[in-house]
Amino acid sequence: MEAVYALAIGVLVAAGVWLLLRPRTFQVIMGLSLLSYATNLFIFGMGRLEIQRPPILEGPAAEAVLYADPLPQALVLTAIVIGFATTALFLVVLLALRGLAGTDHVDGREPEP
Amino acid sequence: MTALLDHLPILPIAIPLFAGAVMLLLTESRRTLRNSLALGSLVAQLAVALALLYRTTDAAAHLWPEGIGVYAIGGWPAPFGIVLVVDRLSSMMLTLVATVALAALVYSMSHWDRPGQPFHTLFQLLVMGQNGAFLTGDLFSLFVFFEVLLAASYGLVLRGVGAARVRTGLHYIAVNVAASFLFLIGVALIYGTVGTLNMADLLGHVEALRPADRTLFDAGAWILGIAFLVKAGSWPLNSWLPGAYSVSVAPVAAGFAIMTKVGVYAVLRIGTLMSEDEAAAAILGEILYYVGLVTLVSGMIGMLATQHLRRLVAYSVIVSSGLLLASLGLGIEPVTPPVLFYLATSVLTTAAFFLLTGMTDRTRLLAPAAPEPASQGDILPVYMAFGVTSPDPYGTEEEVGAAIPAAMAFLGLMFVCCVLLVAGLPPMPGFVAKFTLLSVVLETAPAVGARNAGWVLAIAVLATGIVSIIALTRIGMRLFWSPAQRRTPRLNVVEAVPVAFLVLLCLGLTAASGPVMRFFEGTARSLHTPETYIETVLGTRAASEPRGDAR
Repeated sequence: MEAVYALAIGVLVAAGVWLLLRPRTFQVIMGLSLLSYATNLFIFGMGRLEIQRPPILEGPAAEAVLYADPLPQALVLTAIVIGFATTALFLVVLLALRGLAGTDHVDGREPEP
Repeated sequence: MTALLDHLPILPIAIPLFAGAVMLLLTESRRTLRNSLALGSLVAQLAVALALLYRTTDAAAHLWPEGIGVYAIGGWPAPFGIVLVVDRLSSMMLTLVATVALAALVYSMSHWDRPGQPFHTLFQLLVMGQNGAFLTGDLFSLFVFFEVLLAASYGLVLRGVGAARVRTGLHYIAVNVAASFLFLIGVALIYGTVGTLNMADLLGHVEALRPADRTLFDAGAWILGIAFLVKAGSWPLNSWLPGAYSVSVAPVAAGFAIMTKVGVYAVLRIGTLMSEDEAAAAILGEILYYVGLVTLVSGMIGMLATQHLRRLVAYSVIVSSGLLLASLGLGIEPVTPPVLFYLATSVLTTAAFFLLTGMTDRTRLLAPAAPEPASQGDILPVYMAFGVTSPDPYGTEEEVGAAIPAAMAFLGLMFVCCVLLVAGLPPMPGFVAKFTLLSVVLETAPAVGARNAGWVLAIAVLATGIVSIIALTRIGMRLFWSPAQRRTPRLNVVEAVPVAFLVLLCLGLTAASGPVMRFFEGTARSLHTPETYIETVLGTRAASEPRGDAR
C-alpha cells in the first residue's frame, strides 16, 4: 500500500509541477490544485498509513498503539480548507485577468496570427 | 486586574480579528464609525505591544521570569495545545507591526481606502496574520497565520483594478501558494519524524532521532527553510516581489513593509530553536550566507536598473532581506543584535518611503490613460465585480482634509531623509546598524574561520550604500529638479503626518541607539540560549496542570 500511495503522490506532484510551469493561467490553476492534493495526501501519509484504526481514544485505559494518529488528519482538514480558499481566489483573479487583458497568458502575449 | 493582564498575549490576535469582522458589517455610509474602529483597534494593539515589550524587559522581571511569557490557548499545556510565546524578539516585532500599520492606516484615510472592497477589514486581517506569526509557538499555526496574512495581502494587492495590477497579483498569488505547499510538506515531514509541532519541543526530539529519520527531518527543515526564503524575498525566488510591491497602492505597500521580515523572523526563530550548536541560523546552514549575498547583489542591480521610484524601494526591500540573511548565515552569535537593529530600521524606512511614493507619484502631470486592450463591454463586468466603475480610481484629485503648506519643500525634505535612511548614512539609524554590524563581523569572523566571508559581506554592505545613493539621487533629480514636467501636488495633513512620524521615529532610534542596542543585545542573548525558551514553554505543563487554567 505504501508504494502505491507514494507513487500516487509522486505522479500528482510531477503533473502539478509540470502544469504550474505552463504559460496559461488555467494550466497553472490545475497545477496548483494537483499540488495541493499531493500535499494533502503527503501530510496524511506522515501520520503513517493504518487500516481500521479509529483516531479517537476510547476511555482512559486505551492502548495508544491500536489507534491512528489524529493530528495529521486535523492538519489535512485545515490544509484542505486553506488550499481550497486560495484556489478559489486564484480563480477569480484568473477570470479578472482574462477580462482585463483579453488573454489567458500568465506573463506573455498571444502569438501573432 | 492581574488575572486580566495575563491574557495580554492573545489580544494582538483577537483585537484585529474582531475589529475586522465588525467592520464587514458597516457600510460605506458609516465611514466615520468604521474609521474610528480601525484606528482604535490599531492604537489598542500598539498599547498592548508596548505593554508586552515592557513585560519582556529586565524592568519587569518579576512578571515573567527570563522575559518570556507563555500563553496556553484554551488552557491546554505546552506540547499538546497551541501556545503563544512572547519573548523580546516577538514583542519587538509586534511593536513594529503596530507602528507601521498605524502610520499606513492614518495615511490611507486621506482617500486611499475609498472605493469598493473592504479595505479596512483586509488591513486588520493582514495585521492579525503578522501578529499571530510573530506570537505563535507552534509550526502549524505559524502556517495558518502565514496564510491569513497572505490571503489578506492578495486582496490588498488587487485594490484598484487595472490589467497590470491583476497580472502581478496573479504572479504573486501563484508563487506564494506554491510556497505554502512547500511549507506544508516541510511541516508534515517534521511532524512525521519527531511527532511534535511545538517549536520548543522540537530540539529534544531531534537529538533522539535515528540516523535514517534524522535525514528525513533535515529534508523537512530544508524544505521549510526554502518556504521561509520565498516569503523573505530571497533570490532566486523573489521575482514576484518588486512587481507586487510596486503595483499596490502606497499604504498597502507600507503595510507590506514588514512582510518579508516575517520570513527572516521565521528563519531566525526556528533556526535558533532547532540548532544544536547555537549558531545564528542553522536551519539552512552556510547556504544562507550565499543566498543572502546573491539576494543582496541582485537587489542592488535591480535598484540601479529601475526607473520607477516605488519599484526601486521594492528592490531596496530585497537588498535589506539579503543583508539580513547573509549576516545571519555567517553563523556568528554577536552579529544578532546589529542584525535586529537593522531589521527594525529597515522596516520603518521602507514603510516611510512607500508612503512617500504615494505623494511623489502625484507630482507627475496627469498623462492620458493608455487604452485598454479589450473593449469596454468586456471589462465592465470585471470592474463591477471589484465594486468600482472606472479603471483608475486613484487618478482623480478628490481629497479630503486640510492641505499642508510648502508641499514641494516637505516632499523634498522627506525624500532626502528617506534616501539617507535607505543608504544608511548618518544621522540615520541605518548607519548605526550597518556600522555595528560591520565592526562585529570584521572582529569576530576571523575567529570562526570566516575571514573572507566577513570581508565580502562588508564590501557588499558598503556597496549597497553607494548604489542606493546613486540610484535614488538619479530619481530624485528627475523628481525635484526638472519642474518642467512636474506640478506641485496638494498634500493632505493626514498623509504628511505619518511619513514625518516614521522619519522622526527613525531619528529617535538614532538618538536612543545606546539603550535600543542594549535591548537587542538582551534579545540576542535570549535567542541564543534556547534552553531557557524551551524550559519556560514546556515548564508551563507542570505549572498549569493543578490549576487547569490559562497562564
